[in-house]
Amino acid sequence: MHDNSSSPQPEKWVGKSMRRVEDVRHLTGRGLFVDDIERPWILYAAFARSSFGAARIKEVTVEEALKVPGVETVITSSDLGGIPGLEPLLERPEFVPVTMPLLVGETIRHAGEPVAMVLASSPHAAEDGAEAVSIEYEPLEPVVSLDAALAEGTRAVHEGMNDNVLLDVIDPDDPELEKILEQAPVVVDATFDSGRQSAAPMEMRACLAEWDAREDTLILHTSTQVPYVVRTAISDVLGLPQQRVRVVAPDVGGGFGQKCVVGREEVLVSIAAQRMGRPVKWTEDRQENLTAAFHGREQRYEARAAFDEEGRLLALRTDIVCDVGAYSCYPFTCGVEPLMAAAEMPGPYRLPRYWSRARAVTTNKVPMAPYRGVSRPQFTFVMERLMQKAAKQIGMDAVEIRRRNVITADEFPYESPTGIVYDPGSYLESLEKCAEVMDASGWERKREDARSEGRLVGLGFCCFAERTGYGTRAFALRKMAITPGGDNARLRMDPSGHVIVSVGTCGHGQGHQTTLAQIAADQLGINPDRITVRQGDTESTPYGWGTFASRSAVIGGGATKKAAVMLAERVKEVASHLLEAAPGDLSIEDGKVFVNGSPDRFVSVAKVARAVHVEPHLLPEGELGTLDATAGFDPPGTFSNATHGAVVEIDPETGAVRIDRYVVVEDCGVVINPMIVEGQVRGGVAQGIASALYEQLIYNDEGQLVTSTLMDYLIPTTMEIPPIEIFHLETPCEFSETGAKGMGEGGTIGAPGAIANAVADALSHLGIEVDRLPITPDRLRAAIKESRAHGGVRL
Amino acid sequence: MKPAAFEYRKASTVEEAVEQLTQLGDDAKLLAGGQSLVAMMNFRLVRPSALVDVKGILDLQYVEANGEGLKIGALTPHRWIETMEDPGVLEGFSVLKSAARWVGHYPIRTLGTFGGSIAHADPSAEWCMLATLLDAEMVVVGPGGERMIPASDFFQGFFTTALEPDEMIIEVRFPEPAPYAALQEFARRAGDYGIVAAAVALDLQGGECRSARVVLGGVSDVPLRIPEAEQVLEGADIGQEVFKEAGQEAAKVIDPPSDVQGTAEYRRDLAATLIQRALTEAVAKVKEAADAR
Ligand SMILES: Cc1cc2nc3c(=O)[nH]c(=O)nc-3n(C[C@H](O)[C@H](O)[C@H](O)COP(=O)(O)OP(=O)(O)OC[C@H]3O[C@@H](n4cnc5c(N)ncnc54)[C@H](O)[C@@H]3O)c2cc1C
Repeated sequence: MHDNSSSPQPEKWVGKSMRRVEDVRHLTGRGLFVDDIERPWILYAAFARSSFGAARIKEVTVEEALKVPGVETVITSSDLGGIPGLEPLLERPEFVPVTMPLLVGETIRHAGEPVAMVLASSPHAAEDGAEAVSIEYEPLEPVVSLDAALAEGTRAVHEGMNDNVLLDVIDPDDPELEKILEQAPVVVDATFDSGRQSAAPMEMRACLAEWDAREDTLILHTSTQVPYVVRTAISDVLGLPQQRVRVVAPDVGGGFGQKCVVGREEVLVSIAAQRMGRPVKWTEDRQENLTAAFHGREQRYEARAAFDEEGRLLALRTDIVCDVGAYSCYPFTCGVEPLMAAAEMPGPYRLPRYWSRARAVTTNKVPMAPYRGVSRPQFTFVMERLMQKAAKQIGMDAVEIRRRNVITADEFPYESPTGIVYDPGSYLESLEKCAEVMDASGWERKREDARSEGRLVGLGFCCFAERTGYGTRAFALRKMAITPGGDNARLRMDPSGHVIVSVGTCGHGQGHQTTLAQIAADQLGINPDRITVRQGDTESTPYGWGTFASRSAVIGGGATKKAAVMLAERVKEVASHLLEAAPGDLSIEDGKVFVNGSPDRFVSVAKVARAVHVEPHLLPEGELGTLDATAGFDPPGTFSNATHGAVVEIDPETGAVRIDRYVVVEDCGVVINPMIVEGQVRGGVAQGIASALYEQLIYNDEGQLVTSTLMDYLIPTTMEIPPIEIFHLETPCEFSETGAKGMGEGGTIGAPGAIANAVADALSHLGIEVDRLPITPDRLRAAIKESRAHGGVRL
Repeated sequence: MKPAAFEYRKASTVEEAVEQLTQLGDDAKLLAGGQSLVAMMNFRLVRPSALVDVKGILDLQYVEANGEGLKIGALTPHRWIETMEDPGVLEGFSVLKSAARWVGHYPIRTLGTFGGSIAHADPSAEWCMLATLLDAEMVVVGPGGERMIPASDFFQGFFTTALEPDEMIIEVRFPEPAPYAALQEFARRAGDYGIVAAAVALDLQGGECRSARVVLGGVSDVPLRIPEAEQVLEGADIGQEVFKEAGQEAAKVIDPPSDVQGTAEYRRDLAATLIQRALTEAVAKVKEAADAR
């Protein structure tokens, strides 16, 4: 084991804003995404999907579809024989497993469920065929809202259940906590809601399956974050040994969690290729992506928090309900949102007593999958609103109340009431820095001046700590039947001294080809342009879990560093023969292996590589003709942290919220590539602003999604997202090989809370509580009107 | 999101386009910039049996001021209007230029056409609103020759116009300059159709308003004239008070829809606000004009 304190090489590339290796091909349209891959004799798949939200299928007729020119065949549930659906499991008694059928034969549980798969010689013909499939329904009453799903006597979405709760995790009763919540000097009570969203990756889902008869193997190219997980699912469902399934993720145009789960379409297309003996491609369109790909984020929190007169948090009780839609997602299950919320809700605050209940509630809507941040944008919004409400009650400044509650340097390692251990971070420092940059001390004055001119301006803060890069032990507590954890890296030097880094993580836009090369370059003493990072192929990368949960820089990067250190040792070992010096006396720099203290006694790394492979006669007998090293890494997890600050102005007439300033002070430990980190922060903040102000998937009472195009589902554009000022603090992680902490999700986490608090601050004199996301102009306008008429409204 | 099968033809003259429309029958459609039509075809909301592509008729790309009025060729891209610089045009028709920025996004403005927008007849479309506001006339060619359709007859409902299936708009004429006109709208994102939009034009004499036009988009199935608001303004001394009253009057008489972007009540509020703002902007032009002189 090497830890970062005894890094054998000085860091030369880590910390540099190196240009992304990926950018050239992506910016010139030369990336290779699934849909770019062509094959002879290919078939295109399209799905006939349910137009009802809840129904029994009486009959599916495919005759007309078969008559459509170009249509080869139509597969319905009855053609699947005994092939099971996807049944993700939690091994805990509070969990009710449900199966997501591949094609629905009996009960429709959400609009957009696939009922038939049409295979045709062109995508157009496939779509014509899908349209010609006729489905006869017997409508059932759709269960569309959390209230409806939880109401006494409601129809169960899954037959045989008595209610609609798929997971219900309750902490034991705590009379002491109840007493505090009754008697504390300051008690804040509120209910918070957040809207349903889609991760809406720029590239929608897509896959291409083909049967390789020579090896009797299924090859699936799919737009995924988790090739090995997809392989496991397909091998289980199809009954093929894993070695006969190869899953490849080529360039992936974003995933944000929607692609870290397995879609039934990926399985169906694989079945089709196996049956037809022809390649089969499916490319999801945007409407399909909004109506049939995984959603997330629809949650409700009933929270009660107690504080002392000094604004110190004493206790928190929270009842968390997540609308998880019709099924559990594979492999995370519908527990991913509620369990995350219950475990990490306390965030960056010192919380003496905590009680939670967390439920996953099933409805006739698209299933939930983890979406960047997973519950943290929501519960952070809740915590930060509670802080703000308490501050208001006490008459305390927004920064001061946080200052009194964040965990400080002398308290690390800090164990939260849920048993999670926080490693050192800069919670107070990031708050102070953000307050300083935002000039918070003079704010009240500015706000009052603006008000006197009839303008509504507000300043909001949001502090959070985010657990990232967690491995097996942390995941095991969730009790998933399939438990993700560590990851592996394999480094191989070729005869020219170039290196291929193969990893089990699977970047899909984050720039891993660049950052992992930076990490390896430092250890190997060679230029990163001599390093190629290979990922996303179960045939050519070591076993691994892919990319999600801000894990890749920490875990994939850690494994890469360990393997690079081992490979560097191997290079020195070989060089020691060529230089006739002890390996311990050698170091590698600028592509050369030097004898320490003798700058002119060196051999190039390329020469070492050449010797091993093609000039073995230069080496002692027994030297094997390879230079490679493999290492795994499985850390306990590390907390990154940030404070976000936002200034908004509200147009009281239109209800529009304009963001005038947005500041992020973040700490993700050692920054491997500042440009990439800032890109991640900006993209994340944009998605967080989307949660706060723009995006919401809305179902009507019939269970139809009414926001099924990008005209109604409002993804903000560059025109809506303000410039984002970013400041870095660096508290190196003690557990990760590189000192880095995960930071892929942080941006999304801070924005909803910061924006909501800024809006609430602007409206603080009107008694408007901003407890529901997204904050839409029509509701904001209505609240302003109503508060002027009656005072006190919940937005 | 793949269109149903259709036949594709290209026309290089207006005559050819009309001939092909006649030949191909009622289900054929003209294809101009494709910025509305292609999206609707991809959603399979429309399924024309054939498209006649007129984008190549470059003769129909022009903006021409002739004495009093303004003529815009049907295939003129939105972007041309946005970048107009001819002072002769701008003096009377700056509202077209300033409204252009509300039309979609840059790529849409470079492809979408003036005539296409008018023919598409979205009740919130800026050009449709301004056509109604300024009494524009559509010059239309069909198998029987040319005819003119005034805006008041042209827009008949959501995406519905007085155009016959075998007719083509070749030009839109704005008969009179409107120096004191303005358009204001509110959308949640830049580039979206306004949830509500308001266009106004004033005929001013000193501080008094001799006549006024008020048109709202997004509150009905056509760009809607609001005579009640116009009456408030006519003969009144201009100023915020009367602007506010005009807006409130409009809010009272309209019957807007409710949907995910806003309730009917919200649309009423927006109508009042946007009318007031548009009037303020129109009057600011008086000052600008005076300053310029
Ligand atoms: C994301 C997005 C946002 C948009 N936002 C706005 C907005 O804010 N405001 C706005 O006004 N528009 C908006 N649009 C629509 C855009 O302005 C279109 O360009 C316009 O509506 C149609 O013009 P077109 O040339 O593209 O016509 P096409 O799409 O080619 O055709 C539209 C219809 O008009 C018919 N047609 C076209 N030309 C003629 C003609 N000369 N004679 C007879 N019939 C004809 C076609 O047959 C078709 O039925 C938006 C579009 C998109 C995709």
